[in-house]
Amino acid sequence: MARAVTPRRKAITTAAAWTIGLLLFFPILWTILTSFKTEAEAIASPPSFVFFDWTLENYGVVQDRSGYMKFLWNSIIIAGGSTLLGIIVAVPAAWSMAFVPSARTKDILLWMLSTKMLPAVGVLYPISLVFIKLGILDTRIGLVIVLMLINLPIIVWMLYTYFREIPSEILEAARMDGASLREEIFHVLTPMAVPGIASTLLLNFILAWNEAFWTLNLTAANAAPLTSFIASYSSPEGLFFAKLSAASTMAIAPILILGWFSQKQLVRGLTFGAVK
Amino acid sequence: MGQINLTQVTKSFGDVNVIPPLDLQINDGEFVVFVGPSGCGKSTLLRLIAGLEDMTSGTIEIDGTNATSLPPSKRGLAMVFQSYALYPHMSVRKNISFPLKMAKMDQAEQDRRVNHAAKILNLADYIDRRPGQLSGGQRQRVAIGRAIVREPSAFLFDEPLSNLDAALRVGMRMEISELHKELKTTMIYVTHDQVEAMTMADKIVVLQKGNIEQVGSPLELYHKPRNTFVAGFIGSPKMNLIEGPEAAKHNATTIGVRPEHLAVDPNGIWEGRVGVAEHLGSDTFLHVHDTGLMETMTVRQTGDIAVNHGDTIRLSPNMEMIHRFGPDGLRL
Repeated sequence: MARAVTPRRKAITTAAAWTIGLLLFFPILWTILTSFKTEAEAIASPPSFVFFDWTLENYGVVQDRSGYMKFLWNSIIIAGGSTLLGIIVAVPAAWSMAFVPSARTKDILLWMLSTKMLPAVGVLYPISLVFIKLGILDTRIGLVIVLMLINLPIIVWMLYTYFREIPSEILEAARMDGASLREEIFHVLTPMAVPGIASTLLLNFILAWNEAFWTLNLTAANAAPLTSFIASYSSPEGLFFAKLSAASTMAIAPILILGWFSQKQLVRGLTFGAVK
Repeated sequence: MGQINLTQVTKSFGDVNVIPPLDLQINDGEFVVFVGPSGCGKSTLLRLIAGLEDMTSGTIEIDGTNATSLPPSKRGLAMVFQSYALYPHMSVRKNISFPLKMAKMDQAEQDRRVNHAAKILNLADYIDRRPGQLSGGQRQRVAIGRAIVREPSAFLFDEPLSNLDAALRVGMRMEISELHKELKTTMIYVTHDQVEAMTMADKIVVLQKGNIEQVGSPLELYHKPRNTFVAGFIGSPKMNLIEGPEAAKHNATTIGVRPEHLAVDPNGIWEGRVGVAEHLGSDTFLHVHDTGLMETMTVRQTGDIAVNHGDTIRLSPNMEMIHRFGPDGLRL
């Protein structure tokens, strides 16, 4: 029997949903608002919510002082590159685990996931040393590789889940129809897994964009992405809240816009296979 | 050509031996049906021939070439799957032309073959639709179309009709039979439905636990079942198998009488009480209890006879149609 939805119950649920949504969104909203205040208003007590003198001054200062575009470009290259590289490595890996599983496949999957449980700082030294030896410290290619490796377990897991949903008889039909392994993956598996692959791409792009630990520790001036751009405004000598907020807003804006337009795809991708 | 020879083929999954050593010869142009209860290894055997499963040992020859280690794509066989296994992201036309595209056939020849297949299978009206927009029967036709355009040396069907409703099943059964008569290509067809087997096959292979119980034409299997398993499996309703003193009278461990070889007869030698009487008009099926011979004896009478639940009736078997089996279950 369907549960009865009374108007009162509906009102309570709606209010609760809005409250939680606003609570989650408030820090972002506050950052955006602060970015339009002067430094004095930014630390005023009690703080003013919307009735202050709106100014674009912070954005101008931040752009003049740091060169936003360079960081943005680095972020796009690093997030995009690591995601694409990850997909190229993960599709065959997920294919073999989904369609030709061995007795150890589950263990391999769990082991891969377990690497995500290791504190990243634990391997900071070894990885830094490797980067120095290879001469890729503070290069975009270095960050592309390290972020690809960091996110690879998640990419493989997601693709594995989507591939498992594809009936193996269809792949067998392709084999009977004369498709080679490459043709089978290219013409049949990939087009069928497009929704899954798309949401994997999106999620990993977002994860790589937001990644701060490795991007801060392995870059200096050349390859620094937007995370470094933000960090450069949180100086211990003085707190420039308004400028920090302007920098943060500029850094998160592209990913917020991307997330907004792809939210349907993301939600669908993340819940794919949850209900059969 | 479509001559397939299996020699000493075995298949194990881990410690489980699914197919014990098995020999089978399938001649060019034959319609061979693998039939047996579920789990008898019939689908596994088909997949071994297709190359979708690796054999544990043994050899398979297709048209005189050793195909044991050839991948499925190189065996020149086409398969129709139970789930149809159509490519959901491609139109009907693209589905059918996919094997031709994989074979890098030139476009004009691809079009010619696809149009020809669409014509014989009545697919022309929805050639540009996606599989998701088709009914079960239409999807099955697309799957068959995809198989025939390749002009394979043999077709493999894995329970192709089991997802269709009863009326459609009968129609498709005849279409496949007609297709075979037209193309004269070897067909191997797997089913658990012995009616499909009887109506379609030139040769039936009855399987149980991976063993071939009998190979023969439908009527050979009906008239001369090699053992009690085949006797019970082929024929509908099932043959009545009687053990004990009644069988001993015939110098056998088990005797078998088909329901159609029993007559309701006031002077009959066996007596029983009618449990369920099924009146179909053309036939009457009686399920008779308390005969002292077996739990429920099935009787088939042509026409409608006035016998109902609870009636006591006498039955006489057609003595010439009694099958005798020895202690090992084999025909005497």
